[in-house]
Amino acid sequence: MPDLAGQIRAAARELLAAGEVAAVLGFAPGPLPMTTRPFAARTPAEADRLTWNGFCVMNPANLLPEILAAVEPPRGPKDPPPEGPLPKVAVVATGCWSRNIVVQIQEGRVRRERLVILGIPSRGMIDRRKVLRRVGGREIRRVEEGAHELRVEGPGLHETIPRWEVVRDNCRTCVHPTPVVYDRLLAEPVERTGVDRYAQVAEIEAMTPEDRWAWFRREIAPCLRCYACRNVCPLCYCPTCFVDDSRPQWVGKSLDPADTALFHLLRAYHCAGRCTDCGACESACPMGIRLRLLTKKLEKDVLELFGTEAGLDPGAPLPLAAFRPDDPDEFLTAGPGGGAGPEGPPPREEEPA
Amino acid sequence: MEAVMTGTAPGQWEPRIVAFLCNWCSYAGADLAGVSRLAYPPSLRIVRVPCSGRVSAEMILDALKAGADGVLVSGCHPGDCHYLQGNLVARRRLSLLKRLLEFVGVEPGRVRLAWISASEGEQFAALAREVTEGVRALGPARRLAKTLPEVRHA
Repeated sequence: MPDLAGQIRAAARELLAAGEVAAVLGFAPGPLPMTTRPFAARTPAEADRLTWNGFCVMNPANLLPEILAAVEPPRGPKDPPPEGPLPKVAVVATGCWSRNIVVQIQEGRVRRERLVILGIPSRGMIDRRKVLRRVGGREIRRVEEGAHELRVEGPGLHETIPRWEVVRDNCRTCVHPTPVVYDRLLAEPVERTGVDRYAQVAEIEAMTPEDRWAWFRREIAPCLRCYACRNVCPLCYCPTCFVDDSRPQWVGKSLDPADTALFHLLRAYHCAGRCTDCGACESACPMGIRLRLLTKKLEKDVLELFGTEAGLDPGAPLPLAAFRPDDPDEFLTAGPGGGAGPEGPPPREEEPA
Repeated sequence: MEAVMTGTAPGQWEPRIVAFLCNWCSYAGADLAGVSRLAYPPSLRIVRVPCSGRVSAEMILDALKAGADGVLVSGCHPGDCHYLQGNLVARRRLSLLKRLLEFVGVEPGRVRLAWISASEGEQFAALAREVTEGVRALGPARRLAKTLPEVRHA
């Protein structure tokens, strides 16, 4: 296994020392085993704090616009932008994160020329919960990550866990592990094919509406409405989120199951055609709700109905901001006879182009 | 949305369907059905919107939360949109939302999209009948309705 942390540190030191970038956005070790926190190194010395391991589950694309704004020279709200190019920021990016950066470019949140993308073909990130379940919830003091195994240590605990078994669900079914845009690639590209990425969704789709409703109610029942899933998501950046709207109040503040259901449906729906299944929402959820099942369903439908996948092409329009005249419409309510009324649709002079 | 949902006699259940009708075609179509004195079920609560593209997922779910048994979104036929493409964008949005709602167990048939032009009074009446009967067969919507005790009058 290549020493990716070392490579990231070396690249960051080099870029910062050369003055090519104003900051390098990556990860630093977290306060507990199996945690990392996002970290922006601004000097070559700070670059030594950067790390890389299987617990980098947050999506750094979420912080990019903020950091890009922070490295700009300070100016008043009415001052013109400074002459010359604005400072650049380097960011580490796996496949899904790079696609999120593409979505941010599509949505005008960041400009490609201000980014230096350090591409990292992903081996899959680890689900802390799966590790904790494996060791029966015993205390973990130290985790060492090998090429294909995790050595977990704690009081009276010495276990070796096969890495792939504790990799997150979204990474296990990922088909784009290699970044789609990058300036430097820090490891060999990874190919992954023959994955049934919609198996989890298909399993639910096969149930009856009653069972699906029971599943949905059960799945979201533990939700605390902490909105960690929203805050960690690079797609959720509305100045006022729909959950905070009070007039009209789309979603009540209560823990009524209807309010929680509406929150989860709308949160997922707002990510439709934009979500790259990075799994940050699910990793951030303190209650272990499988939030990805809803976004994955939407991803599947967008691919089925409109034939597009999020974040593969910076020049393409977003699927829900576009249309084709021949979009599927068999879900339309058509009256008897296939038209809108008993006599069928009125004769139309010409088909709209 | 609560205001739209009032006005049903207690005791017997009648479907209550929130209909988002576009100002330029479907609302005029409903108007034509009215002035033509066509009979259709009184289950629709019509909300006039500038375009079917104006109807957001929030609005549809809000109607269901407020206790609507069904939601109908209706706009101009493809190619006839007053804003050229609003209905085509609405079609994409609605097709995804409908699939998502069905994925979590909302019965197919609660949320519908249809095209009605300003001259289709007959078709509007037929659509109202069809949607009402469809929703009646499904029974009252309970799944996304919020059933906390009423606090507004407390």
